[in-house]
Amino acid sequence: MELTANDALNILREVMDPEVPVLDVVALGIVRGVEVVGDRATVRVTPTYSGCPAMRVIEREIEAALLRRGLREVTVQTVYSPPWTTDWLSDEAKERLRGYGIAPPGKVADTPLVALGPTVRAAVACPYCGSTETTLNSEFGATACKAIHVCQACRQPFEEFKAL
Amino acid sequence: MSDSDLFEYLLRLGDDRLVLGHRLSEWCGHGPILEEDIATANIALDLLGQATLFLRLGGQVERKGRDEDALAYWRDEREFLNLQMLELPKGDFGFSMMRQFLFSAFSHFLLEELTRSAHADLAGIAGKAVKENRYHLRHSSEWVLRLGDGTGESHRRAQASLDELWPWTGEFFRQDEVDLMLQREAIAPDLEPLRKPWEDLVRELLQRATLTLPAAPMRMAGGRQGRHTEYLGHLLAEMQIVARSHPGATW
Repeated sequence: MELTANDALNILREVMDPEVPVLDVVALGIVRGVEVVGDRATVRVTPTYSGCPAMRVIEREIEAALLRRGLREVTVQTVYSPPWTTDWLSDEAKERLRGYGIAPPGKVADTPLVALGPTVRAAVACPYCGSTETTLNSEFGATACKAIHVCQACRQPFEEFKAL
Repeated sequence: MSDSDLFEYLLRLGDDRLVLGHRLSEWCGHGPILEEDIATANIALDLLGQATLFLRLGGQVERKGRDEDALAYWRDEREFLNLQMLELPKGDFGFSMMRQFLFSAFSHFLLEELTRSAHADLAGIAGKAVKENRYHLRHSSEWVLRLGDGTGESHRRAQASLDELWPWTGEFFRQDEVDLMLQREAIAPDLEPLRKPWEDLVRELLQRATLTLPAAPMRMAGGRQGRHTEYLGHLLAEMQIVARSHPGATW
């Protein structure tokens, strides 16, 4: 049975981001197109962050997932334009993040270029207790895509998938 | 414009980020607090990622079979085309943050222009990098503000860092025939109009940080032509030793 591009896309919904294993690569918004001709597929992928070390793993897993389902040749092409943005995450994907304990990204807003005073940012709701009594600890976390916050209400440190 | 002009231009963009990324990575395990250790490592990773993309594209343009690793690990000092400021030793944390601020601000205006480059891949990479760079610029500006307008000791050291770094910024806006060739094809922007927005932004932040702008920059130059300070050779020795000791090794 021949796979259609849509079948291939559905297969990719089973390929998870190794660093955020509740998000598949389609929900993450990095799959920019799939073409299937006979038993050959081309998948266009755009990186999240330029230096994200997970990208190479993800590309290999995309290839492996499609080869396992009977395709003979899989090409993963990197495209840069338009650049990936967290605005591409669906509401459902954001809920999955929250359930996993990571605050979902807000809208990419016009943040100030430089800090001309103490920076005030909209409070990020704690994914555990929902309180907005939270403090930003650092805009850089355990991976390129996450910031670190602390919830003052439940005393829980938590990560935020930061808007990009 | 020839492919070799474009190749050289991509090396300049890539080498700036490779060398600064390496310097920042030296803070890994040595940050003043854990959050800053993580932040500098993250920013270094972004810069290495951007360097990878620019150098990979450079290798494709050159068409001699060199990929980003070959360009990073197998070129010698005189073949590196980064700005000299970026190879200076990391200094104290305030020095590293001041350099990051001055360069990230320059990078912001340059990358914004490059998103409109007539070269689609270059524009695409710039479009990605400029978003990451906003985080770097905001982070370093917070530190310049905090240290400049902080204690007597932090103010003194922030001013000393600024005084030491300022002359090196002259190289940011220097242009040569490579720039002009690419400008003719609308691939690269004219740097001269970027000078004022950069200066305005830097001046405003430094004023808030109670720091005094040094006198007009000396025009340090040479990095774009492969002339470097004594520091780059040492940096490359450390960066390249493993790749050169075990050619072709994989893990």
